[in-house]
Amino acid sequence: MTPTDTTLTSQDPVTLPAPEAAPAPVPPPVSPLRAFWAEYRESWIAVIALAVVVLVVLAALLAPWITPQDPYDIANLSLMDARRPPGYVGAEGYTHWLGTDANGRDLLSAILYGLRISLQMGLVAGLVALSVGTTLGLVAAHSGGRIETAIMRIVDLQLSFPAILLALVLVAMLGQGKGQLIAALVAAQYAYFARTAYGAAAAERRKDYVEAAHSVPLSARRIVFRHILPNIMPPLIVVATVQIANSIALEATLSFLGLGLPVTEPSLGMLISNGFQYMMSGRYWISIYPGIALIILIVAINLVGDQIRDQLNPRLKR
Amino acid sequence: MSDPHLVIDRVSKRFDPRVTLGDRIAARLGARVELRGVQAVRDVSLAIAPGETLGLVGESGCGKSTLGRMAAGIMAPTSGTVRLEGRPVMSPGGTKLTTRVQTVFQDPFASLNPRMSVGEILAEGPVAHGLTTRENARDYVAGWLDRVGLDRSYVGRFPHQFSGGQRQRIAIARALAMQPDVLVCDEPVASLDVSIQAQIINLFLKLRRELGLTYLFISHDLGVVRHISDRVAIMYLGRIVEIGTADALYADPRHPYTQALLASVPRLMTEDAVGAEFAPIAGEIPSPLAPPPGCPFHTRCPAAGPRCVAEMPDLVPTGAQRVACHLYTGGVELAA
Repeated sequence: MTPTDTTLTSQDPVTLPAPEAAPAPVPPPVSPLRAFWAEYRESWIAVIALAVVVLVVLAALLAPWITPQDPYDIANLSLMDARRPPGYVGAEGYTHWLGTDANGRDLLSAILYGLRISLQMGLVAGLVALSVGTTLGLVAAHSGGRIETAIMRIVDLQLSFPAILLALVLVAMLGQGKGQLIAALVAAQYAYFARTAYGAAAAERRKDYVEAAHSVPLSARRIVFRHILPNIMPPLIVVATVQIANSIALEATLSFLGLGLPVTEPSLGMLISNGFQYMMSGRYWISIYPGIALIILIVAINLVGDQIRDQLNPRLKR
Repeated sequence: MSDPHLVIDRVSKRFDPRVTLGDRIAARLGARVELRGVQAVRDVSLAIAPGETLGLVGESGCGKSTLGRMAAGIMAPTSGTVRLEGRPVMSPGGTKLTTRVQTVFQDPFASLNPRMSVGEILAEGPVAHGLTTRENARDYVAGWLDRVGLDRSYVGRFPHQFSGGQRQRIAIARALAMQPDVLVCDEPVASLDVSIQAQIINLFLKLRRELGLTYLFISHDLGVVRHISDRVAIMYLGRIVEIGTADALYADPRHPYTQALLASVPRLMTEDAVGAEFAPIAGEIPSPLAPPPGCPFHTRCPAAGPRCVAEMPDLVPTGAQRVACHLYTGGVELAA
């Protein structure tokens, strides 16, 4: 009944056709970043979108040097030039390519300065929301039990409210100002990061390499931040891209409603709002051009985010 | 046998589903909600002597990996304790207290963090526990890479650049770098090619010789287990049904399950075996959600009788090994 004759005899090393060979040559390492870029390049829409984002960011950063006018220096403004259509050559002798607003500001300059503020608010709020939300999601996934339930139910509750509603209430409560606005944007958006981080971390912590880390044993903090966090970055990067675009839109909305930044720091939303009253009187450019700038920026960021998501999602791989 | 080294003392593990209020209401309303837990390991005791290799064999789902995880201090038992030289491996709160029991996992594609280099993977634990310093980590890691037959130049590479066998060597080096006394190997060759399996088994044998390691070697492969083990324990549905020295157990299996397992091993055709069919074990392994009463094997056992349904057999010395079967303790009929 027992297969004694042909099973291995105990303790003798197994003889192999090949000796304990030198391990097979390892393929030369390809930088993952380079591989990522090679794939990214395949989509020309995504490349254009990325170029637009880069261009807009550069233009916003360099605004003081490339604009013909500092639109917020009252001394520069001439009421004679107010509400002029695109292409008008003003008293200063240069062409207002996008026209001027009610105070005689050059709209192109105002848009570039507005982009600075919009981008700044979107980036800061997005990144703060990323770190706050990710930390909460990781803590929830790692601790489990009541802490997990408490954090995730709050997050769920918040996700059931429209972000704009929450931001409106918070701005009304906190008052105006950059810090307050960022706080409101973060509060409205961290939940998306918490959800994503929680879901990804909950899947990741069941994997063998996390068990291996527990087996050493390593501290919970090290396991969460050194092992789990780097492995859940891909989905977080995707959410971050989209949420930065959303922060910019949300900030513009709040400013349009007059609840955003103070008048001294006009963002795109405020420019749109300022021109709104002239829309029906044919002076469309005061509102429309800042609006187009906003749309181009948000669409471009979203396209870049879409492409990154497609590349990081193994299920969409051909 | 010298003094026991790693002692698994009446350990049980039960996995309870997370039952929410909603589940309870749904169950009350007649929905089929699973409120029962899975009894993965039931009252298992084992002792492993220093330098000994204990093979743990069983079908998928019999609880052998769960037992291994508890022995390695990754998972807290529901009841019972695991001790190394008399000291518990895990605190009651579920914190692992020792670094001297380490683990090698089954799937080397899952057990290495894909975002860390080989050097980081190997150095992390030893640096965190003061076995080496950050400055000396490179030499330290290189020494362990030598030991497992990998080139020192691999420290900067990432797991995805290696084959399965090389990855398993990295995983073994990671465990060894913690300078353990006991290595829990959870199916360490099951996911490798057969030729690579032999290399890794030889590596385990070499390391045991050189470092005096103690192994708890979990596998479903009877040939591999026999080759490496001093003693073998057969597990079925969360319980040890037979345990003995490898030679005795393979030469004279007593438990009907062990007999059936050994009979079902495919083997080379010898003259008299040409045309003979393997004897597969009838039926399926019962669900651990609803383990049968009495002897867990009675639903598939050719020799089962009424006593097997009514009464759980204990592990008792039978021949050269210990067996949990009524056949050897008064028969399968109910006592009058």
